[in-house]
Amino acid sequence: MATTAEELDRQALLEGIGCSRKRKEDPRFIQGKGNYVDDVKLPGMVYADMVRSPYAHARIKSINKEKALALPGVLAVLTAEDLKPLKLHWMPTLAGDVQAVLADEKVHFQYQEVAVVVATDRYIAADATELVEVEYEALPALVDPHKALDADAPILREDVKEKDNVGQGPRKHPNHIFSWEVGDRDTTQSALDTAEVVVKQDMLYPRVHPSPLETCGCVASFDKVKGQLTVYITSQAPHIVRTVVSILSGVAESKIRIISPDIGGGFGNKVGVYPGYVTAIVASIVLGTPVKWIEDRIENISTTAWARDYHMTGELAADISGRIKGLRVNVLADHGAFNSHAQPTKWPAGLFSICTGSYDIPTAHVKVDGVYTNKSPGGVAYRCSFRVTEAVYLIERMMDILAQKLNIDKAEIRRRNFIKADAFPYKTALGWEVDSGNYQAALAKVLDAVHYDDLRKEQAEKRSRGELMGIGLVTFTEIVGAGPSKACDVLGVGMFESAEIRVHPTGSVIARMGTISTGQAHQTTYAQIIATELGLPSEDIQIEEGDTDTAPYGLGTYGSRSTPVGGAATAVAARKIRAKAQKIAAHLLEVSEADLDWDVDRFKVKGVPGQEKTMKEIAWAAYNNVPDGMEMGLEAVDYYDPPNFTYPFGAYLCVVDIDKLTGETKVRRFYALDDCGTRINPMIIEGQIHGGLTEGFAVAMGQEMPYDAEGNLLGNTFMDYFIPTFVETPHWETDYTVTPSPHHPLGAKGVAESPHVGSIPCFTSAIVDAFAHLGVTHMDMPHSAYRVWQKIHELGLDKQA
Amino acid sequence: MAKKLIAFKLNNQPVEVLIEARELLVHVLREQLAQTGTHIGCETSHCGACTVDFNGESVKSCTVLAIQANGGEVLTVEGLAQNGTLHPLQEAFMQDHGLQCGFCTPGMLMRSFRFLQENPDPTEEEIRSGMAGNLCRCTGYQNIVKAVKSAAAKMQPA
Repeated sequence: MATTAEELDRQALLEGIGCSRKRKEDPRFIQGKGNYVDDVKLPGMVYADMVRSPYAHARIKSINKEKALALPGVLAVLTAEDLKPLKLHWMPTLAGDVQAVLADEKVHFQYQEVAVVVATDRYIAADATELVEVEYEALPALVDPHKALDADAPILREDVKEKDNVGQGPRKHPNHIFSWEVGDRDTTQSALDTAEVVVKQDMLYPRVHPSPLETCGCVASFDKVKGQLTVYITSQAPHIVRTVVSILSGVAESKIRIISPDIGGGFGNKVGVYPGYVTAIVASIVLGTPVKWIEDRIENISTTAWARDYHMTGELAADISGRIKGLRVNVLADHGAFNSHAQPTKWPAGLFSICTGSYDIPTAHVKVDGVYTNKSPGGVAYRCSFRVTEAVYLIERMMDILAQKLNIDKAEIRRRNFIKADAFPYKTALGWEVDSGNYQAALAKVLDAVHYDDLRKEQAEKRSRGELMGIGLVTFTEIVGAGPSKACDVLGVGMFESAEIRVHPTGSVIARMGTISTGQAHQTTYAQIIATELGLPSEDIQIEEGDTDTAPYGLGTYGSRSTPVGGAATAVAARKIRAKAQKIAAHLLEVSEADLDWDVDRFKVKGVPGQEKTMKEIAWAAYNNVPDGMEMGLEAVDYYDPPNFTYPFGAYLCVVDIDKLTGETKVRRFYALDDCGTRINPMIIEGQIHGGLTEGFAVAMGQEMPYDAEGNLLGNTFMDYFIPTFVETPHWETDYTVTPSPHHPLGAKGVAESPHVGSIPCFTSAIVDAFAHLGVTHMDMPHSAYRVWQKIHELGLDKQA
Repeated sequence: MAKKLIAFKLNNQPVEVLIEARELLVHVLREQLAQTGTHIGCETSHCGACTVDFNGESVKSCTVLAIQANGGEVLTVEGLAQNGTLHPLQEAFMQDHGLQCGFCTPGMLMRSFRFLQENPDPTEEEIRSGMAGNLCRCTGYQNIVKAVKSAAAKMQPA
């Protein structure tokens, strides 16, 4: 560690870990020089567009392409019949199910892909989609998941109706996908039977869509002569895409190059492999020319991956002092028409069993049932680790409800149940080992900062005047950084992450990772890690990701994996280089390795001032003067398989004022304290938190994908689907504590998803709190003005003068 | 479909381009004139990623026909820096961490460029209302507001 002023100066020059370094990505983005998928233009490129189903559930009686093919400029119209000989009309999903690439005999959701049109121009392609004549026989749609398992429910998936397993265990009905259970059923039942107090609540986490500002798309280019396929794609996981495309197409993985260029936000929406990608690739192979497919916004919201749709029931057993004795959760999960849930393959409900939260809960039992409905397939983690948002929402709501039942303050009930700071690593009742935490300290810091007692006094006064003021509080724990390969894989590939670092003779560096930034600024922050580890200035460190021809294999960026897994790989690879550098330094200085101390950017001989070699000097020597028997060069690769997940946490407090006549909610204050362990770039962390809080605000206050009884999606444009603007978005206050992860090489835990996960129940907590004195214990999201007004109206509050 | 030759000033340079009457300005800018800084996020004029400056006003180029630009002046993000010097707004977005994925950024810059001419010394509330036609999914807007405010301060006449 640097201590003297001279050492600190040298350290500052590196712009390493802890520095709020300005982003290396910005110069290109602010000058319009980013390179997103839709910016890619290849010679001879043509355009694909989709014919989509107007029905949620229907049999396809016929498809007539003639008129479309007759339109000048149209090159091809492909349907499932055309893909059948190639066995590409269905594709495997990450969850062990199959998904129709183009509808095969039936359509299962509105806007499902029925045919793809390829034309010389995007306008002609769009015209031609209107000319493809599809005759449908409408079938009754199954929209309500609660009716999916009824004896008389329409059977959706005729292709798998005889199967007793669609990839995730036994099932009990043709519309049933899986049952997943964890925990101890009997001890939990007994805890509930014998408890002094039990609270139970049904709650719906609505179906929502991540909606990154850039939609999904690709440019597929098959070179017939070389037999090579290149695909520019909006993917958060380009290496997995390469593997999937190879398995599907039969083209050797070595002849497939997947490039994720600049990505205009992901938030989980860009993890999956979609029919549009597959059909563009097929069209390029068939036509021998590059094919571009880019979704429009309606297609993005209607067909590519959404999140949540969890219908949850929570039960908490406790004693009268509020000490929890047991937790039981039952979930009905609506997965839509195909189980294309993007999760580690063995986890049908993701990491939902983190739902014991920050609390010491002696026993718990969770059961999740997944069902098919006539809705678009999914779901993904929308800015969260797999199903963690749902888990945190459940437990944080239940804590509030228990507090209300026992008339204990919601801060106090949390304090009484926290896992104690000295109890880490802590094994939860559902099997997780929480690495580190200090929940008491985080909560205390927030309550002090906002003067919690004064807020409660103010609220009491307002209530006496009939005004609606609510205080929300959440103390969440996340689980991110998937994950140990013994627990997590995607289609059999372990969820490690990779880094390859090469130090050039003059001391500048190129490093490549298996992750891909979708706005998190990896080019900036990975360089900071290497700068600190190697003592070379981050300015001279070039980071590249997203090109499978050059980057080492990695599982990609989602579930806050980049820092916990990719950052660890980067640190370990850098340490391998430093270990070699130490040997070279010892050789140059003619001492033994043990006689050397590392000092910011150089090795020094212990006790001999002036006897030292900087990393730059060592880099040069690595290419001309190394010890006997050592190979030249200075580079290293690391494939990092994490020993555990990381568990970021935080304490959030929200203050709202609600207008009794309109139901409008004003978020007066939102105070977010996050603990993500070691902080690599505080400026970027704060930016990520602002963004996550805003996406949380969107979900809590307005986002939902509503379907009518026929399965028509009623909100699939930015007119109908709530994306908060500058005006609605609250001002955010951020704070932090630092509790490093003991098992991560840097102590870092990951941060960008915590604010989404943590803020959503905090908004609900605040809104419900505004009505708590009137006996209200829960309100389902979204808390739009109309829905809040309905509650006000139901309680007769709008009638009072 | 019959094509028509149109001429307009793009980033202070005269351009001529052959278009169909139905073509949108954003497509012509991106695909024919290779100015891909202007982005498409929704195609229904809600998101503002395609915002450009057209005859002294902010417009969403996904809902302007290219033919309407005939004889006009269009400024895109590519024309914001002058003689190799970044515009104060570009500098401020970088300094104040006003962008993440960068997809909304060109639209944000072009809207704030016009907004600061409409209101050179805005309050935070005025910035939030004046920029409300541009959506961002990454930043939560707070640092964009900060950037616009700091750029406004730098751009004040001495």
